[in-house]
Parts: sequence; C-alpha cells; structure tokens
Amino acid sequence: MQAPRTPFLRAVYELFSSMRFAISLLTLLAIASVIGTVLKQSEPYSNYIIELGPFWFKIFAVLGLYDVYHTGWFLGILVFLVLSTSFCIYRQTPLMLREIRSFREHATETSLRGFAHRAELAAGIAPATALQRLTGYLAGQGYRYRTRIEGEAQPALIAAKAGSYTRLGYLLTHGAIVIICVGGLIDGNVPLKVEEMLGYKKVETRDLASSQVPAISRLSPANLSFRGSVSIPEGGAADIIYLNVADGYLVQDLPFQIHLKKFRIAHYATGQPKSFESDIVITDPDSKKGFEGTVSVNHPIVYRGVAIYQAGFGDGGSRLALNGWNLFSPVARPFPFKGEVNQASRLANGQTQYSVEVTDFKAFNVQDTGEGDDNEAAPTQDFWQGAKRALGDAASSAPKKRAHNVGPSFQYKIRDAQGQAREYHSFMLPLLLEGRRYLVSGVREAPNEPFRYLRFPADENGAIDGYMRLRAALFDKALHPEIARRFAASATPNAAADQALRAKLTDSTAKLLEIFARGGFDGLAKFIEGSVAKAEQEKAAGAYFKVLERAGFEAYQLSRERAGEKPAPIDEQTALFVRDSLNAVNDSFYYGSPVYFQLDHYDEVLSSGLQLTRSPGKNIVYAGSVLLILGVFVMFYIRERRIWLLVKPGEVLFAMSSNRKTLDFENEFAQHKNNLANLLKG
Amino acid sequence: MEAIQDYRQVSFFRGLSGFDWVYAALLAAGSVYAFNLYGGYMDAYEKGILFLIAALLVGLGWFWKPVRILLPVVALLALFGVNQYHGELARAGQAFWLKYLFASQSAIMWMSALFVMATGGYWLGMALRSDFVNRVSAAITWSATAMGLIGLLVRWYESYLIGADVGHIPISNLYEVFILFSILTALLYLYYEQYYANRQLGAFVLPVISAAVAFLLWYAFGRDAQHIQPLVPALQSYWMKLHVPANFVGYGAFALAAMVGLAYLFKSKGLLANRLPELAVLDDVMYKAIAIGFAFFTIATILGAMWAAEAWGGYWSWDPKETWALIVWLNYAAWLHIRLVKGLRGAMLAWWAVVGLVVTVFAFLGVNMFLSGLHSYGTL
Repeated sequence: MQAPRTPFLRAVYELFSSMRFAISLLTLLAIASVIGTVLKQSEPYSNYIIELGPFWFKIFAVLGLYDVYHTGWFLGILVFLVLSTSFCIYRQTPLMLREIRSFREHATETSLRGFAHRAELAAGIAPATALQRLTGYLAGQGYRYRTRIEGEAQPALIAAKAGSYTRLGYLLTHGAIVIICVGGLIDGNVPLKVEEMLGYKKVETRDLASSQVPAISRLSPANLSFRGSVSIPEGGAADIIYLNVADGYLVQDLPFQIHLKKFRIAHYATGQPKSFESDIVITDPDSKKGFEGTVSVNHPIVYRGVAIYQAGFGDGGSRLALNGWNLFSPVARPFPFKGEVNQASRLANGQTQYSVEVTDFKAFNVQDTGEGDDNEAAPTQDFWQGAKRALGDAASSAPKKRAHNVGPSFQYKIRDAQGQAREYHSFMLPLLLEGRRYLVSGVREAPNEPFRYLRFPADENGAIDGYMRLRAALFDKALHPEIARRFAASATPNAAADQALRAKLTDSTAKLLEIFARGGFDGLAKFIEGSVAKAEQEKAAGAYFKVLERAGFEAYQLSRERAGEKPAPIDEQTALFVRDSLNAVNDSFYYGSPVYFQLDHYDEVLSSGLQLTRSPGKNIVYAGSVLLILGVFVMFYIRERRIWLLVKPGEVLFAMSSNRKTLDFENEFAQHKNNLANLLKG
Repeated sequence: MEAIQDYRQVSFFRGLSGFDWVYAALLAAGSVYAFNLYGGYMDAYEKGILFLIAALLVGLGWFWKPVRILLPVVALLALFGVNQYHGELARAGQAFWLKYLFASQSAIMWMSALFVMATGGYWLGMALRSDFVNRVSAAITWSATAMGLIGLLVRWYESYLIGADVGHIPISNLYEVFILFSILTALLYLYYEQYYANRQLGAFVLPVISAAVAFLLWYAFGRDAQHIQPLVPALQSYWMKLHVPANFVGYGAFALAAMVGLAYLFKSKGLLANRLPELAVLDDVMYKAIAIGFAFFTIATILGAMWAAEAWGGYWSWDPKETWALIVWLNYAAWLHIRLVKGLRGAMLAWWAVVGLVVTVFAFLGVNMFLSGLHSYGTL
C-alpha cells in the first residue's frame, strides 16, 4: 500500500479513512433521514405554504426539504459515505489479508510472556513427544498450525490459528455498503439530476396535455432509470408516464404503449378490497408483437426491463345520468342532466350561469354502520368523520360489527360565473341514520373543510319524490291559502262557532308559510323578533313551530292528492317525515346551490393507476445485500483465535489471543489450559 | 495418544443424538405431509418457504436442544385444538378445550397471564435469592411461549374457517406481531438463561414482555383489535412469512439487549449488585443480543426492500418506516463499531443499548402512530 505523498492529500486520506469520520457521516445521514419522515414529502407546494407560511416555505424550499432524499446535499452525504468506506477498505484490506494468511510464528518468548492470556505449563515428557502431542491436540481442536524449530538448542514454537476468515467479514460488509450505495445512486438517476442542474431539462409545472409538453421536459425512452406513474382509463392507452419532481413533473416517453382493457376490484365478504387487477396489452413498435397480461398488487409485469406495477385506481370518466331538482321552485319534477367524471357541463338557472364539474364517482362505499341495521349512527354533522374514523380503524370491520356497502356516491363542484366553487358529495341510495332513511348530500366551501351533510327524508318507497312534492307545495305561493285553510279547518272542528277564528288562523298560517318559504327557520325567527314582545318570543316560536308542522302535514297530504297518491297515514312516521322535511327545507338555504343533483343511473368507467419503473441498479443492490448478510454472519459468528505453544524442556509456555474478547474466549482459554496441562503430564 | 483422542472435537453431525434425528424426521414428515395436503394452494415460493422453515427449525432444534421438546408439544396441542373445531368457527366459544385453552384467543390470554406470572416469579426469585423460584419462573416462561405459539397456530387455522380467501399467517397486524414479539423475546431470553446458566436476568427481561402483553390487552379490550382481518392486497405475499419474523427476532433481541443494559447500569451503580450476574456476563449478553438482532434486522430490512420492490415498485422509497429502519440499523451498526473496533466497554454502551430501544420502539410503533406512509398496516 502506498500512502499519498503531499501532506494535504495525506491529511484528506487520513480523515476519510478514519472511523470517526465514517461514524460522523452515519450520524449525519440518520439525522437528515429523520427530516424526511417528519415533514411529509413531495406534497403539492401549496400545502406547504399553508402549513409553513410563506417565510419558512422559502427557506425549506431552498434546503430542498420537500424532497430531502433527492437533494444534492443528501446525495452528497451518500457519496462521502461511499468514499469514506472505500478508503477504509483500501486501507484495511492488505492488513486483513496479511492477518488471514499469517500464523505469526515469529513471536518471541518475551512478547508471549506479555500476553494477558498465558500460562506456564509443566511438561513431564520430552520436548519431541510434547511437540507431537500438542500439534495433534491442536489439529483435533480445529486449529491450523505451523511449527518453527531453529536448531536443537532453541525451544520449538507452535503457532496455531482458527477462524481467521472472520476478517473476510469486514471486507464483505464494507464492500457491500459501497456496492449497495452505488446501485442506489444509479437508480437515484444522478445523470438526470446533473442535466437538470445544468439546465438541459426543466420541470414542467403547467397543467398540459402530455403531447403538449415541450421537449425540455421530456425524457427519451433510452433514459437509464426512472420511476413514474400514469393513470389509464378502461379502453384507453398510454405511451408516457409522469415523473413527479418538486412542484411539477417530467414526461417520460415509453418504448412501448400500454392499453388497459379492464380494471377489476374484488371485495371480501366484509366489503374490504381483496384485489386490484388490470388486464393490459403492451404494443411494442420495435417487435411489432403484442403482449398481454394481468398486473396486480404484488404481481408486477416486467417487460423489456421496465416493471409495471398496480399502484392505484380511480374513476376514468364514468357517465352519470342525473336528476336535477330545483330546491326553491314550486315544480315537483326534476330535469335531466348528464355528467361525466372529469368533465364540466353548463347549467343555467334564470340569468345565472353555472359550471358543474363532476370530480369523482365511487360505485362502492363500505361503511361501518354499527352493530346492526337498526342501530343509531352519528348525527348528520359528524356522520362523515365518524364513518371515516371507523374506516381507518383497525377494528372497523371486526366480524361482529357490520360493514355495509352503502352504494354509489359521486362528487362534483358547482362553479359560479365569478369562478367561486362549492364542492358536493352525494349518495345515490338512502342511508340509514337514526333508524330512518335519508338521501344525503354534503357541501363544503374549501377542500380542507369537512362536508356538511344535508339530509332529505326518503318517502315510503325509499325515493326523494315524496319530499320534493311537499317541498314544491311549500314553495308554491298559490297553494299556501289552501294549505292554510285545511289546517285552520282541522284546528277548529266547529266550523260555525269558530268562523272568525278560522279566518284569522287561515290568514296567519298562509303568512307563516310564506315567511318560511322565504327564509326558513331563520326568517321565522327574525319575524318573531320584529313582531313579538321579548318576553313572549319563546312561547310564540313554539306555537309557530307547531302550526308550521301541522300545516306541513296538510301540505304533504295536498301534494299527494295532487300527484294522485293515497293520503299518508296519520301516525308517528308521517309526523317525523314532515318534521325532517321542514328541517331539510330550512337546511336548503345553507346548501349553497339552488339545485340538488340526484344520481339516477350510471355507466362506470374505471381507470387504473400504473407505476412503471426501470431500475438497473436493483440487481447491484441485491448482490450487495447478499454480501452484507454473508459478511455480518462471518464477522459475528466466526471467532478468530490464535494459540502459541513454546516447547521447552520441562515447560511449555502457552499463550492465546483473539480479536474479540468475549466470555466464550475466556472459557476456551481456561479449557485449553486445563487440557494441555493434562496432556503434558506424561 | 489416547488422551488426544479424548479431547478431539467431534464434528457437529457426529455429535447428534438419536433424539435429534427423530426430531428432524418428525419435522421432515410433517412438512411433507403439509405439502401433500396443501401444496396445491401454494405458489412455488411458498413451497420453498415451507421446506426452508422446516430446515431452519431442524437446525434450531439441533443447536438449542430444548426446542426439540417445545416444538412437538406445541404442534401436538395446536393440532388437538384444530381437531376440536370440526370445521366450525363457533365451536371456539362452545367446545370445552377450545373455550378454556386452545382457541386462539384463549391461548393468547393464557400466554399473557403466564408471562405476567413469570415476571412476578422472577422478581420474587430475585427478592428471595431463590434459584428454585427462578426455576419455576423459567418453566412458566416456557409454558407461556408454548401457549403463545399454539395461539398463533390455531389463529392461523381459524382465519381459514372465516373464509378460504381470508386465511393467512397471523403476523399481519399490530395485535398479531405483538404476540410474536413476546414469544421471540422470551425464547431469546431462555436461550441466554441456559447458555450462561444464570436465571437472575429474568427479573429484568420479563418486564419488557409484560409491557408488550399490557399493550396487547389494551389493544384487544380497548380497541377491539383481536379480530382476524382479511389482508389488504399489498400484504398478500409470501414475503410476509419471511420479512415479519426476521424483523421481530431483531426487535426482540434489541429489547433484550436494552433490558440487560439496564441491569448493567443498576449493577454498575451498586443497585441489586449481589442479585445480578457479573458485569462481564451482562456485557457479553448485551453484545450477543445486539449482534444477533443486528444480523436478523439486516436480513429483515433487505427482505423488506425486496418485497417493496414487488409491491410498491421500488426497493427503497424513503417511506417513513423504511427510513426509520435505516436509522435503527445505523444506530446498532455504530454501537457494534464502537465496541468491536474501538473496544469500548462499560456503562456508555449500556446506556446506548437502552436508548437504542427507544429508537427501535419509535421505528416499530411511533412511525405508525405519528407518521403516515405506505407501511401503515398497524395503525393504532
């Protein structure tokens, strides 16, 4: 081994090959790694701004903390670690090899007497016999030995060793670290990093169609290594993938095209997903041959060095047939409306123009609705959080609880002319809440808010029509006098005697209905505040509410009559239905949209999220890993021991050493000492 | 020359007794029988794993003789339990033997109770300086281990009774791996107890198992987590059978080392000084536990990387769990370097081993509780 000549290089070499430096690097690596686990990586940059504020956002961005593991400085630590380990190997290897080969048969008596583990053993036999017995003993114990005899007058020295291959463990483990890091750096795509730094490649941040992405943000199919993903709708195809980089992406052109024939989700009896499978066809322009196969989780397809994984799924443009119900019109019939996931449609309401953007559709929603059908679920406001908590919990679908598929749901945004959007989440089928069935639709103003759910009571057929008819009657000013008349008639059974009272009641009820139709309970409260003395307000509110409920009942019967339905029975069910309906009408004022979209039927189109990876470093990493495991076991479980026996007339000097001072070694020394003493007795 | 012959070390295979071979033959026959019975449902890897595990268990039994008794007993009782089901899951709560002993949940509760008893026993043994009490505690620990293993095996069978597609090896969630952790830590301890012929460490090691049991019970009673869940698609892989046990040998060994480190610190401060083994012994156990833990943790992490390459599309994604596994690995790598290369001994390394457990527990539990990522199978 030749040490570098100049003092500076020598100092660098000394530093790099020192263990202190290596341990410092390991510590640094560990600390740097922690950052990336505490701060969620590769989120959209807008999330970081919200979380950190603009000041820290910039500082963190400069440090590259949003993708720590791919920053220059992190890769730099890895490179230094490789260098340090390499230097260490370079420095130690000759020493190790010498140790493995050498018997150290040139040890002097003085040095042997300096050993911590030594013993003077009395010999009752001639040196030649002793020599023979001792070497025989050592061979029997698995030691290899070398005997040095320098003439008759000099004492003979037996130098023996066992397990010196433990030193190979050092080479294997440290070599393995270098190999693994090199493999990892290859797959970390260092060339691309360099190209990016030099400005040959630029991250695209605009939302463009893949074909519109300029060449500076595209990577050729010859790219050495990549890991990206693409979402393909059923029946669709892709020949590119997106690599997420910082706050944008790069487009990687593929050497082939993937066509998704079908995406399947299978479920367990409990409703949890059991498998995700994509039937794909690969068309390869080079070989002109097609390749068909099925990708599923844990079962990737590898084609021409590119591994294709099932990574996710989503909606690929399901077509929804919707019924639009105008929530504030006196019409009890819906208008048809077509929606498609990821598409926007126009909706006009009088003068106002809206854009309806369907964002998601799920045919299957598994929710734990408690222990059984008839159990109570959480109230409306918390319903979604409650369900979500249950879904995320390990115990959620325990056998004794019941996980249900509550049917399809869809999500959409309604955007007004100013570009302001509200987001909606609606279920197709009625949900069972507190023992009664409701059609449920949630609204929220911002994506980070929870949905607030509005519930429309379902009628005896489980449909929304009953509610909508009642609602239409309540909003039909022309019907108010008739409703009021019927209510007044039922409240005053004696027509002749209560003539005046009945007329008065009819008037005030009609007015009450009008106020409610204009502003719900809030409107009513304002009216009471303005017209009733403070002390009487509470009493008045109670009376008005009772009147409203009973008028609501009459309105319901009237609406059924007009629709040709038989009257609803006068019972608890109907009363609850009317009360729920009044609540729903009131809540509609806070729904933020004049239209409720009900899903009538749908044509589901799924999309499969595929991840594609080319990682030429993988096999290098695996090879290194095998060496690492081998090395660890060799290092820990092969123990190096050396024995010297200096055979003199009447006495044998026994000395022993090991590179690991363990209790096992102490025991072995004691045992050898004992055995040898016995052998030498005579 | 006869004397030399007496000292000659016999080769490992020559040293095996008839019982050793009977044990091996039983395992071989068992695995061939299982293969014939269920081979049709296994893929090539699973077949390989079946025989690999059988071979490893033969090796383990030859290397550490008590395993030759433990495994047949466990197998016999587990098979008895399975036999009691008559293919009906409901019998778990009806049939006498199942209800009170061998239904998985009953067996696991027995394991829990026995581990807590053993902990108390070792403490009593330490207080009384009674080797007899310690001997009894060791026997209880063995029984707890056996009950835990029976519980897991029967649970495995039960999972198939729930549904053919639900059935899977019971090491798939936090509840199940805590049982595995308790068993493996106990076995590691029992090995060292026998190797050093010293039962005084039980009072320090068993509490960490009792802590795991306490968690287990809270998790079952507080969170209703004991139910068998079907596997999410990402976990449906033969890799689980290799990756998870290897990992828990690592965790178990690190936990053991930390508790021994604690004993070392007690003793070096003069606490319980004459009721604990020599410092040299404590130091030796600590080193050996960390060495075996490190070796298995290395294997587990590499197996995990290979699994990740198949399930997530990359052998290393810097997922929080992966990253913390690396941190744990680096921590013990540094520990071993300091001890082996620098030859450092004493209280500093003992402290380090204790702190190492904190890091390990965070990687094991904390990551699931506080950080989100791909590896979120064990949410609390």
